[in-house]
Amino acid sequence: MSVAFTLNGKAITLDSDPDMPLLWAIREVVGLHGTKYGCGIAQCGACTVHIEGVATRSCVTPLAAVEGQHVTTIEGIDSKAAKAVQTAWIGLQVPQCGYCQSGQIMSATALLAQNQKPSDADINEAMRGNICRCATYPRIRAAIHAAARAMEG
Amino acid sequence: MSVATPVDTAEAAVRSSRRGFLQAAAATAAGLTIGFHWSGPLSRALADPVKDFIPNAFLRIAPDNSVTVIAKHLEMGQGTYTGLATIVADELDADWAQIRVESAPADASKYANLAFGTMQGTGGSSAMANSWMQLRNAGATARAMLVAAAAQEWNVAPDSVTVARGVVHHAPSNRQATFGDLAVRAAGLPVPDKVALKDPKDFKLIGQKLPRVDIPPKTNGTAQFTIDVTFPNMLVAVLQRPPLFGATVKSFDAAAAKAVPGVVDVVQVPRGVAVVAKSFWAAKSGRDALKVAWDDSKAEKRSTDGIMAEYRALAEQPGMPARRDGDVAAAFKGAAKVVTATYEFPYLAHAPMEPLDAVVKLDAEGCEIWCGDQFQTVDQANAAATAGLKPEQVKIHTLLAGGSFGRRANMGSDYIVEAVSVAKALGANGTPVKLQWTREDDIRGGLYRPLYLHRLEAALDNDGKLVGWQHRIVGQSIMGGTAFAAVMVKNGIDATSVEGAANLPYAVPNMSVELNTTATGVPVLWWRVVGSSHTAYATEAFIDEIAKAVGKDPFAFRQAMLEHHPRHKTVLEMAAKAADWGSPLPKGKGRGIAVAEAFGTYVAQVAEVTVAPDGKVKVDRIVCAVDCGTPINPDVITAQMEGGIGFGLGAALYGAITLKNGQVEQTNFDAYQVLRIDEMPKVEVHIVQSPEAPTGVGEPGVAPVGPAVANAVFAVTGKRIRVLPFAVGGTA
Repeated sequence: MSVAFTLNGKAITLDSDPDMPLLWAIREVVGLHGTKYGCGIAQCGACTVHIEGVATRSCVTPLAAVEGQHVTTIEGIDSKAAKAVQTAWIGLQVPQCGYCQSGQIMSATALLAQNQKPSDADINEAMRGNICRCATYPRIRAAIHAAARAMEG
Repeated sequence: MSVATPVDTAEAAVRSSRRGFLQAAAATAAGLTIGFHWSGPLSRALADPVKDFIPNAFLRIAPDNSVTVIAKHLEMGQGTYTGLATIVADELDADWAQIRVESAPADASKYANLAFGTMQGTGGSSAMANSWMQLRNAGATARAMLVAAAAQEWNVAPDSVTVARGVVHHAPSNRQATFGDLAVRAAGLPVPDKVALKDPKDFKLIGQKLPRVDIPPKTNGTAQFTIDVTFPNMLVAVLQRPPLFGATVKSFDAAAAKAVPGVVDVVQVPRGVAVVAKSFWAAKSGRDALKVAWDDSKAEKRSTDGIMAEYRALAEQPGMPARRDGDVAAAFKGAAKVVTATYEFPYLAHAPMEPLDAVVKLDAEGCEIWCGDQFQTVDQANAAATAGLKPEQVKIHTLLAGGSFGRRANMGSDYIVEAVSVAKALGANGTPVKLQWTREDDIRGGLYRPLYLHRLEAALDNDGKLVGWQHRIVGQSIMGGTAFAAVMVKNGIDATSVEGAANLPYAVPNMSVELNTTATGVPVLWWRVVGSSHTAYATEAFIDEIAKAVGKDPFAFRQAMLEHHPRHKTVLEMAAKAADWGSPLPKGKGRGIAVAEAFGTYVAQVAEVTVAPDGKVKVDRIVCAVDCGTPINPDVITAQMEGGIGFGLGAALYGAITLKNGQVEQTNFDAYQVLRIDEMPKVEVHIVQSPEAPTGVGEPGVAPVGPAVANAVFAVTGKRIRVLPFAVGGTA
């Protein structure tokens, strides 16, 4: 069975097991490696992608569920919010080991696309599903605020 | 006493081959310093075919003007690539923008960790400390050769040539050249035997908040980790390990697993049964269908509750002496007051974000390994023994690691040996194999921070002065039974079991620290900040209890006993001052303080907490002071304190691996909870401007956070937390 969807702006059809999690289809069938495996049960957020702009855990999303949908991965983000987030991430030197950061950036970008001026509580709500074992949390929070300010200007 | 770990023929087979470096490590510990002998047989730097200037093993200057620093340490998030490059670049007077970093190959003859002796590896927060003089020399040597090349080209005196920000300059004739311009000529010059190093006041890059070299690729998905390594025809293996530590395979039925599309083979290896497929998802699906019968006759079947009960009984018996000062029995006999407390610590998993993984290509000629390798020399030996090769036939490509916290450095090289054994079982035919752990494999995979129990007693005189200290520690040895035992276990004392306790800095005239080493079937390992992950809690929570018992302020009580430990005292005072210690706080809020030294770095922290009427603890702020000698990069130091605090706080609040009848009860982040962003406190870091040689920052920030927070909770609630994590022992 094949599943047709849009990945990073391009139409794509995958002839793969429709029950395969989207994460593994992206990583192993398409070959995009920025989206990471961390837990496989939607507990850590390392696998976060956007489906129709919504931050979604690709490790528990069956491939079949994205039929006809727009999927964006870390390799495909280029919105104003995404650029502001990535710039702030570098400016505030957020990453340590870096493994979770694709997922953090995808969650932060989705947050800013919906909420241009998130409060600390909004950030907690949007980001608490993304674990960082290096605990870069203070800088993630500061970088989201910085990105929000940059988007205003 | 040795640690019983699951019997593994591969591990047993490599023990003899480890003796070589063990003896060398022992010699080093005895005082031999391994020389900086990179010039060795190559007393002339040889230009390679592309005309690079390679004055030594640690840097390469290309005609395109790039300077590539060769990092002998694993970058696992701690910022080591940036720190190592900064040391080289400063002595070289390079421009930071021209610096690149690449990982060193596994080659202990060039890249040994001088703190470990003759083996290559990363750990014990030792990267900056052991590289400091080595890399200053490496950079200064290259600089001297570039100056000599310019002087020769311009026919001027070398001492009239200056270097700044990557440009070599001769002011009198107004001539200048880049490093790239001079690379070819410099490569033809002899390497000087001895070069002058900078006066620290002339440091340009050391001490600056330089941007980390590894961050841009970590913001766009291009940073490559082991999980991202792919080759044409690569196979992916997922291993079914025993459900109990020490169990072995009795038999297995691979039919259903082999029926899963994409599954190529199912093979038995010493540590379990591997399902090998064309993709991870196929291998994982195959493993789900695999049926294995286990022989658990020799397995550990106890529960952690039972093990802890045994530890409580052991704490009543004397242990091996780790420290004896004065006459403790007399001090307690004459005491006006005695304070006693027992603290209990669970097993902890490291749970780095990247589950363990390694890619192996094995054939009759050799073995090539790609992974976030933390212990190259050990891993080379273990991989070679597993494959039936010589260590020098094992080539290791060290990649970025998605965290480790110590997990990727272990004496059995578990995840690497597994990958090699699968490649061997498949016929050692040169097909690349990636062995991938799942999160469940990681949480249940053993090599935990050991379960520990600490029993402390304090004797106080009539003036409330601490005159006697009796500290008994019960728990498994990390080093026992490993190749490090000869160096690290002396007279029955594993140094890592008592570090942070046997070197208690407080002035107490009569002191006894004892260790009762236990054996269980649960494999254990160092975990970020190692012994101080429990000793700092036990000692700093107990000091607080003593201060309370004699009605003293917890800060002043500590301060008065640190006269002979000025670095502890300085950070303690710095943190207290920055946190405005002693100022009033609203109802429901409290402060706690703790100080600890680990790996030569001194950290004090003041925690400010809010305790809700329902008992829920929220940590509002941590004020942290750190003395790590010469600060190489203040922003990296700050980041490591922030990260260490978050890591340590998550463990203090929630961290626990528990066993029921030998079975690990947690499998993933749902039950093995770690800190999330909504519970991360504000962190304020103050760095001592020290002229001492630099020490590490990857681990020491973890040590004081648990006790500082517990002491703050006590300040609000009047209740001590003596059983970790808080989620279990919150109202002890």
